[in-house]
Amino acid sequence: MSTAVTRARRALTGATTLLWAAIVVVPVYWLVVTSLRTRADFTADSPLAPPGHPTLDNYRTVLDGDFTTYLLNSVLVTVATVALTVLFALMAAFAIVRGAGSRLSRVSFRLYLLGLAIPLQAVIIPVYLLIIRMRLYDSLLAIVLPSAAFALPITVMILVSFLRDVPRSLFEAMIVDGAGDWRMLLSLAAPLARPALMTVAVYDGLQVWNGFLFPLILTQSGDKAVLPLALTLYRGQFGIDVPATMAAVVLSTLPMFALFVLARRQLVAGLTAGFSK
Amino acid sequence: MTLTASTRRRSGGSGLLMAAPALLLFGLFGLVPLVGVVALSLARWDGLGSIGWAGLANWGDTLTDGATWQALGLTVKVMAVSWLVQTPIALALGVFQAPRGRVRALFAVLFFLPLLLSAVAIGLTWQALLDPSFGIGATPGLHWLAQPLLGSPDLALYTVIFVIAWQFVPFHALLYQAGIRQIPTALYEAAALDGAGPVARFLHITLPQLKYTMVTSSTLMLVGSLTYFDLIFVLSGGTGGPGTATRVLPLAMYITGFQAHDMGRASAVATLLVVFGLGLSMLMTRLSGFTRMDSQQEGM
Repeated sequence: MSTAVTRARRALTGATTLLWAAIVVVPVYWLVVTSLRTRADFTADSPLAPPGHPTLDNYRTVLDGDFTTYLLNSVLVTVATVALTVLFALMAAFAIVRGAGSRLSRVSFRLYLLGLAIPLQAVIIPVYLLIIRMRLYDSLLAIVLPSAAFALPITVMILVSFLRDVPRSLFEAMIVDGAGDWRMLLSLAAPLARPALMTVAVYDGLQVWNGFLFPLILTQSGDKAVLPLALTLYRGQFGIDVPATMAAVVLSTLPMFALFVLARRQLVAGLTAGFSK
Repeated sequence: MTLTASTRRRSGGSGLLMAAPALLLFGLFGLVPLVGVVALSLARWDGLGSIGWAGLANWGDTLTDGATWQALGLTVKVMAVSWLVQTPIALALGVFQAPRGRVRALFAVLFFLPLLLSAVAIGLTWQALLDPSFGIGATPGLHWLAQPLLGSPDLALYTVIFVIAWQFVPFHALLYQAGIRQIPTALYEAAALDGAGPVARFLHITLPQLKYTMVTSSTLMLVGSLTYFDLIFVLSGGTGGPGTATRVLPLAMYITGFQAHDMGRASAVATLLVVFGLGLSMLMTRLSGFTRMDSQQEGM
């Protein structure tokens, strides 16, 4: 009786898994094969069939354009945002954990908790105004600063929950040695928190790389476009040349795919760390 | 004791210095705009020129405009249907992925793919994939998909909800998987000894133990669906169309502010979003005791 029920439950979750796997894989497969089709084959071939005359011409079309500019912009924005976020968040998390009980610690913790719930879209107009007034409109820095600001709450939270688990005796031993807060941060907290720092860096990097709203609102010129924004430009530029657009989509995703291959554990940890504690 | 007291005093100075950069940056772009959006909702501004006082005019216009209520209705619909669609699928996938093993790990890798793609990449892919002439509907056996799934006012919203699920279900499955792995196996062993069957174990152990995960996942889903913008923007070509069929609140705000250049009214819509978003997460926080992060921290 009960094994029949177990089997039924397994069948249900198994069937859902298989079905969803197909739903996930088919579009990704289609994306890749379409990017390898000639324009003629795109209209002639069956959509899910392997390409009749596989070609890399679409990739050449994309790379001959301004793709490298967009790629460089995305790299610069992502690296700068991640560096800024992780550095500031580590200092803030250390201050919160070391000053536990103090008003500063409690208030800032609450603020970041609130920060988790602020919808980006809801405050984009004042952010736009601020960026204009700071004369940063249409610059890469205009994307970096707000992106870092909105990455801070979750990053601080994850680092706080990590640093909280560092045994107090380690800090106290350093205090006995006469170490100040800055030395403790540099030679104790930072090295100990290395796995957590990797996790938040990879997670923040993914978010910034894929971010669309800030670039859309805060930049304008083609030479300042980051990849997600550039993809919407490609659609206008290539029009009905779907294979070329799909090649651009694939190229824009490759760096994140590489990140996934290299740092899958950190990515998974980053996605769940903030929420499943 | 004295040791702690003296460290505390000392960390007062450098503590402030260490907390300051993050607080300033987050304060400037996170907290100031929270106040700013309310202030701007009382202003007249086209996004370029000078800013003038408008009083409550924007609010009057916004609240009497049927389009606002339609956008709000669509937002609530997206929220509710997304939750209903995503939760059972994510739970089932989480249950399946939780035990360790090679096949399951392979599925986990597959499910991760959508999480690597930007919303723009996903939007462009699905838009082309669902094209009635050259998309997946041209495949033998799949001709039933050859209809204007994104072009018809009746179908577009549901298609959008489906693509949103495609993007986010893997994330929620990960949350559930992590939640399930944290359930002590001793609970199941004890229940099995007591003669509890698999259904009873699922209902009386797995689900209650997942309560916290479920609230977290639901909060993220609900608050997240308030702010679906990128994907709908791309799928509808920036219009929230066809017509206004997918014009949820964030889209309505964007179109009012950045296309019709009425930042005052757009800020009123944005204020609704802020109130809605913060209210919702506070409600969920209260329900779940999510602030226990706080008490853990205070217990240090």
